[in-house]
Amino acid sequence: MANTQDLEQLSTQIRRDILRMVHAVSSGHPGGSLGCADFFTALYGSVMKYDPKKFTMDGKNEDIFFLSNGHISPVWYATLARHGFFSVDELETFRKIDSRLQGHPTTAEDLPGVRMASGSLGQGLSVAIGAALAKKLNNDPHTVYSLHGDGELQEGQCWEAAMAAPHLKADNLIATIDYNNRQIDGDVSNVMSLGDLKAKWEAFGWTTLEMDGNDMQTVLNTLSVAKSHCGKGKPVVIIMKTEMGAGVDFMMGTHKWHGVAPNDEQLAQALNQLEETIGDY
Amino acid sequence: MMNLNEINPTDQKDTRSGFGAALAELGAKDPNVVALCADLTGSLKMNVFADAYPDRFFQTGVAEANMIGMAAGLTIGGKTPYTGTFANFSTGRVYDQIRQSIAYSKKNVKICASHAGLTLGEDGATHQILEDIGLMRMLPNMCVINPCDYWQTYNATLAINDWDGPVYLRFGRPKWPMFTSKDQPFEIGKAWKISDGSDVTIIATGHMVWYAIQAAKNLQNQGFSCDVLNIHTIKPIDEQAILESVSKTKCVVTAEEHNRHGGLGDAVAQVLSMNLPTPHEYVAVNDTFGESGKPVDLLKKYGLDVSDIEAAAKKAIERK
Repeated sequence: MANTQDLEQLSTQIRRDILRMVHAVSSGHPGGSLGCADFFTALYGSVMKYDPKKFTMDGKNEDIFFLSNGHISPVWYATLARHGFFSVDELETFRKIDSRLQGHPTTAEDLPGVRMASGSLGQGLSVAIGAALAKKLNNDPHTVYSLHGDGELQEGQCWEAAMAAPHLKADNLIATIDYNNRQIDGDVSNVMSLGDLKAKWEAFGWTTLEMDGNDMQTVLNTLSVAKSHCGKGKPVVIIMKTEMGAGVDFMMGTHKWHGVAPNDEQLAQALNQLEETIGDY
Repeated sequence: MMNLNEINPTDQKDTRSGFGAALAELGAKDPNVVALCADLTGSLKMNVFADAYPDRFFQTGVAEANMIGMAAGLTIGGKTPYTGTFANFSTGRVYDQIRQSIAYSKKNVKICASHAGLTLGEDGATHQILEDIGLMRMLPNMCVINPCDYWQTYNATLAINDWDGPVYLRFGRPKWPMFTSKDQPFEIGKAWKISDGSDVTIIATGHMVWYAIQAAKNLQNQGFSCDVLNIHTIKPIDEQAILESVSKTKCVVTAEEHNRHGGLGDAVAQVLSMNLPTPHEYVAVNDTFGESGKPVDLLKKYGLDVSDIEAAAKKAIERK
């Protein structure tokens, strides 16, 4: 298992990958991707148990992950490539024609690591519950992880799923909410407030944790606590506070970089703030 | 093939009961079959499965979007989920969930939809979906099946378990004459040729197959001989059976309990216009919503009666 410092270096490299991927095609979603780089690195670099060389759609006898807010595909693709699911060279095909790295993740291209298309928001928690229930039917003791946007929680289906998971005792499910309080049209609290989000999840019957998603040690510790709650009759949700654009000063503190790629000058400026640690693709 | 005069059903059962009986049988035969229902277990006749296999039955409450997503997730781990609710809530209400999480993602989910069409009856237009075949056949990777009676629904329910991919299985509420048998083979994508004739081809699906048989009998008494084809699988459609029949009869009538836009008629028209342009009359709902009433009264009012098929056949023959 990698130590915290190694993971921090990896997440810095993944941030560079994200920026270079979206810059190359002048499109994509860097803001949320940068904000979640530490979470993805912790999940794939330390927490989840899986074999990237033997990827199967069924994911039996391993931990599996669903990305519900599919627009932050750059961080997922970079993470998968950096953990051996496919070559890092393939990252340069992102969003280009004939690529397996579609703008939003899909199973249609048989990309190892992806088990469900996502992009149209609000669907991933239902899917994760189904997969968690299948694991129980299969007597598979592994865990299902999922990630959801905060703006995404405005979709009603999320709350149908939030109601169902505790009722169906999906206690092998750890859902995480990327709570950066930013969405396309502005701050989530202004666009459509989520109110007391922790109280909402608790009221629906989830074991509810909170964490700073941009502090590697905190992420590791909290995911470990979440894991310890599995198997106790309730699903677990982590409300993860992140900074959209984390790691690049001019991308933080605004919703502007949700779905806008940096130009040449902005890329150079951003990469200056993120040391090349493992080596660019 | 059958002699039309030998088709004299004495028994009636609802097609949804054929689904329920087959689902229970699948429960015993295949441990990977799971079922989900959005608060309509009795209406869908899923109670036998639910009682016998409680670990494999998921009551989702009145939350169809979540049910569709959960079904997609259950395939990851090797399960074959059968979802059950009314046709309206199985399609239009959850179209994007089906599109992304099932059709695009190629998940092996069987979307089983009861109370389709006008014959739902007294509940009225909010529940009588007449657009579902069109919605589902537009989705890539989706197989669309609309069986005609109890045993065909039973056999279709068994057959789709062996089909690797998403399926939309459409059936109905009312008791309806039974004229297929338990041992009649059901092959997905393969039309059932009911009778042989030379004047007109009548192609029907779902409940309208029984009306097509009666119309063909009446036409026979008036000196017209009819090829009657049951297209139970609207996608993938049996092009060969349609072209073989129509190349002989040179005109066609389609009959379906669905809007004239997007359903069986359009699927057949597409085959013919590309291969064998032919006079074609539609027996379908004329781009309108339904209303409350008794099933057979509604079929009559909305132009889906036996006499409507006869009139359409004569018109098609005249157009040759």
